[in-house]
This record gives sequence, structure tokens and C-alpha cells, in this order.
Amino acid sequence: MKPLLFALRREPEQRLDLSKLTPDRLVGRTVKEIEAIEIGTTKVEARVGEIFKVRSGDPANLHFEGGSERFDLLGAKLLPGFSIYVEGDVGAQLGRNALGGRITVAGDAGPYAASGMSGGHIDIDGDCGDFLGAPLPGEIAGMAGGRIVVRGGVGQRAGDRLRRGIILIEGDAGPDLGSRAIAGTIIALGAVEGRVGYLNKRASLILAQAVDFGPTYVDCGAHNFAFARLFSRALVEDSRRAARLLSQKLRRYAGDTAVYGKGEILTPA
Amino acid sequence: MPQLVRKGVRIDDSFAEAFPMSGTGLVITAPNRKWALTAAHTMTGFATSVIGCGCEAGVDMELSARETPDGRPGVRILLFAMSSKDAEKQLVNRLGQCVLTCPGTAVFRAIDGEFEIKVGDAVRQFGDRFQIAKSLDGRRYWRVPVMDGEFLVESKVGLTKKCVGGGNLLVMGADWESTMRATEAGVEAIRAVPGAITPFPGGIVRSGSKVGSKYKGMGASTNDAYCPTLSGLGASVLDPDIGCVLEIVIDGLTDAAVSTAMRAGLKAIIALGPKNGAKRIGAGNYGGKLGPFHYHLKDLLP
Repeated sequence: MKPLLFALRREPEQRLDLSKLTPDRLVGRTVKEIEAIEIGTTKVEARVGEIFKVRSGDPANLHFEGGSERFDLLGAKLLPGFSIYVEGDVGAQLGRNALGGRITVAGDAGPYAASGMSGGHIDIDGDCGDFLGAPLPGEIAGMAGGRIVVRGGVGQRAGDRLRRGIILIEGDAGPDLGSRAIAGTIIALGAVEGRVGYLNKRASLILAQAVDFGPTYVDCGAHNFAFARLFSRALVEDSRRAARLLSQKLRRYAGDTAVYGKGEILTPA
Repeated sequence: MPQLVRKGVRIDDSFAEAFPMSGTGLVITAPNRKWALTAAHTMTGFATSVIGCGCEAGVDMELSARETPDGRPGVRILLFAMSSKDAEKQLVNRLGQCVLTCPGTAVFRAIDGEFEIKVGDAVRQFGDRFQIAKSLDGRRYWRVPVMDGEFLVESKVGLTKKCVGGGNLLVMGADWESTMRATEAGVEAIRAVPGAITPFPGGIVRSGSKVGSKYKGMGASTNDAYCPTLSGLGASVLDPDIGCVLEIVIDGLTDAAVSTAMRAGLKAIIALGPKNGAKRIGAGNYGGKLGPFHYHLKDLLP
């Protein structure tokens, strides 16, 4: 069965709240009912029908033809077994609090992608904004599970307060990658800058390019890690380069010893 | 005893009587095959019979580097016990003493069962708070720092109560050499069956037992009916041409694994013929009232 299609008519005039368009909320609805859903975020009304041309199909698989950086909260609270594909850019909070499923974005994503996500798989072809997987202001923990793969670069503080799950960045990472990370795994294949792993409690940061990590990261020598080989196997379908990085001998910098100190930065030996 | 004949080998019209058991398993990997096997053999040593060892365990199969979760050579071991509690106790104890200690090893789950046993969760404290947990695809692993690097161990492994223990074949031949040749061929064939192990030394037991004893308080004693040095006495079931009896005991993850293993064993033993191998094949049972699983030899013949 063909996926349920949302073809963008024109660039929306306001930011959209697309959390209402997750597959589980669309099951059993007719095209007419879907077109009547209000997705605006201002006083001006914005219904699905005005912005998208909807073509009926399997609501378990959504397809957005055309994207916009005004597409906020796309795939929020997504459940296992569903998938969303976006041919274009998306806005802030992509996959916010997602519990499972799969989101593929053939474009760029805004800030706070995968924020609060606890399961599922997000794949972003382009770049990603700041605070990838980070908590919103006031929240204690960030992403708590699942996997996010960014083919391009990311903004600052990706993986902030990461609690669980894997963040894989094939491009360059902005300042303060993995700041305040609680646990989980961040893999960055491009350049990193700023205070990498600042106040990292027990997360693993695996970086293809080493920089000066500051005095609170302590060199623990180069080793073969069985867990890295395990991750290498698990990630080979997402990124061959990441799998290759993980199968190498890695130098372990333990830290951030300014806090708990059970985390680590691993770089090729 | 009524008998069938296949390729000159006499087959008793008898059956093996087997019992339900709790079973679990591990995949043990290491930087090379030698150390994966060392860990597996150490861990499954002294695990021939639940009577004295608390469990029955053995190597199920070797795994190539492609087949293991971490891409290193590995071994799959299976462990069976009479209760899930016994299985857990034995598994954790053996893991802690034999695999944690063995250089280079890592441990993963081998089977998914109805229940879970805490494995990594039980030995992680050896790490004295330096241990780190890693989650991957819904499974959790502990990294315990040890003197050769890190011991990677999965937090929980599966346990199933659908296992079967006590499938068996009694291999009877003219002398020790020919009987051993036939029995070894049987064990070799069973080794290739996934999900089934032969827990005794080299897969073979020579001290088959019967229920009860003339001594007070002894639950089991020698199976005198199959002892060749007593063959002239009234209770013996041996024919005059039998000079040696060896038994293969089989534990399996499923009913089907045990019957497949017995079928493979029978085939290999019969193929050897009566001149070089076994003259007769039987099976041990307790009259059929104790165990719910019955494997009739006539149904398993090639």
C-alpha cells in the first residue's frame, strides 16, 4: 500500500505544529477529516488542507513531499512500527519524545531534533541545528534512547544531557559536543570544537578527530574495546565510516573528572 | 527384548525416557578460538549430571567471527538444570569463576526464553563502581574493567523451561575398542546438531545407573543389568556377544533437538556396522512412568 502523502502546496506563512500528524493519530481518518486538522501556531487559522495536498494511503507510513524549516514537532511522540519520510527540510523538535518508529529527513533539521526521544531511529540527510537530542529548558534529561544519524554537521551542544541512545554525526560538530551528558554514546566523524564533553558524567564520545580535551580528561592509553566492536557491528548499516572507526584500537580519555569522571572520549590510537 | 535389525546392528524395541529441564546458554567470545574454547570448556567442566554437579552443561557449537555479536571467534554453551533457580545459580557462579577470569572473553545471550537471568547484573559489582553500562538496540551490556582490558557481559540472558534432559542411547559392542569407536561416531554426529549437548566426559558415560540401591540412602547405583562382567547373572539383559556398553546422554533446548540428536547418533552408529562398531543399540528408561518425553528407537531409525 502506498504511504499517506502530504504534498506541500507552498511555503507556509507561519510555523506549523505537525505533532498532530503522527501516524497513530491519523489511523481511521478520511482525507477530508485530515484536511480539516488545525496545525497553525498563531491567531491565523492554518488547516492541513490549505498547506498540503493530501493523498490517501497507508497512515502507518507518512510521506511529506516538500519540506520547510517551519515544520515544527514533526513525528512527535512517534510510536514503534510507524515511519515518516520527509523530502525536504524540517523545523525544530523533530521526533520530540518519540517512542519508536523511523523518521527519515532528506534535508536539514532545525534545533532540538530528537529532544526527549526514548526510542526509534531518525536519519537526517543534511545538517542539524543546535541542541540535537538536548532537553528543553527546565527538563532534567535529554534523549533517552534510540538512534539518530546525521549525515551533515550539527550545531552547538549536540547531545546535551544525553541519557541513553546513540547519536551519530558524520559531519562536523559545533561547540561543546556532549556537554553535561549523563550517559549514552556520541560518535562524531568530522571536526569537533569548543569544550568537548564538558561536564560529561558517564557518556562515551567516540571522535574520529582528536583535539585538546583540557586538563579534566585523563589519558588512559590505547586499547581494544570489545564493546566498540559490538557497536561497530550494530552501526555498520547506518554508517560504514563509523563502523570502521569503532573497530579500531582506541585511545581512552577518562572524564570529565570535574564531575563524575566515569565517562570517556575515545579517539583512534 | 524384541529387536529390529539395521545393517546387521540389532536395535532394541525400547525408548529413552527424558525429563523437562530449565535451560539457558551463553555465547562466549575471545580474541581467538583457543581462548573462547578455554573459557567454554572451563565453564562447562564438572557439569556432567545434575545429581552431583547441580547442572548439566556443554559446548553446543563453535561460532565463526561472522556469527558473533562482536565479530570475534566464539562458542555457544548450553546449561541445563532441574529448576530455573538452580540454572541461574550455576550459570552465575560458573560465569564469575570461569569466564570473568578467563583472558579476553566477552559474554552474550545465546537464547531468548520465557524468563531472564541476571548475568552481567550479577557480576558487574566486581567492577567496584568503575563498571559502565552500555545499551544497544534494547539490550544492555556491562563493561567491567579487568587487568587485560574490559570484560564485556550482557546484563541478562534468556532461560526457557521447555528443555528436555535425559535423551540417551546405549551402545553395545563386542569389546571396549569397537564400542568406543561406534559411540564416538555417535557423539560426533550429535555434536553437529544445534541445540543439543552431551554433558558427560567426551560425550560418553560408562557408569549408567539404575534407580535405587541395596544401600540405604543411595538414590542411584550401577545399572547391573548392563554390566558385562555380570552378564551371566539373572538380572542381565546382555547377549553373550556383548562385552562393553557405553551410553550417550543428550540434553536439548527442545523436544525436537533431542530427537534430532538421537536420530543423528543412531544413524552414525548404524553406519559403522556390527563388525567394527556396535552390535546392538538400546535406550534407557524407567518404565515410562517418570518422564513425560519418550523417544522410541524404532521411530528414529534411518
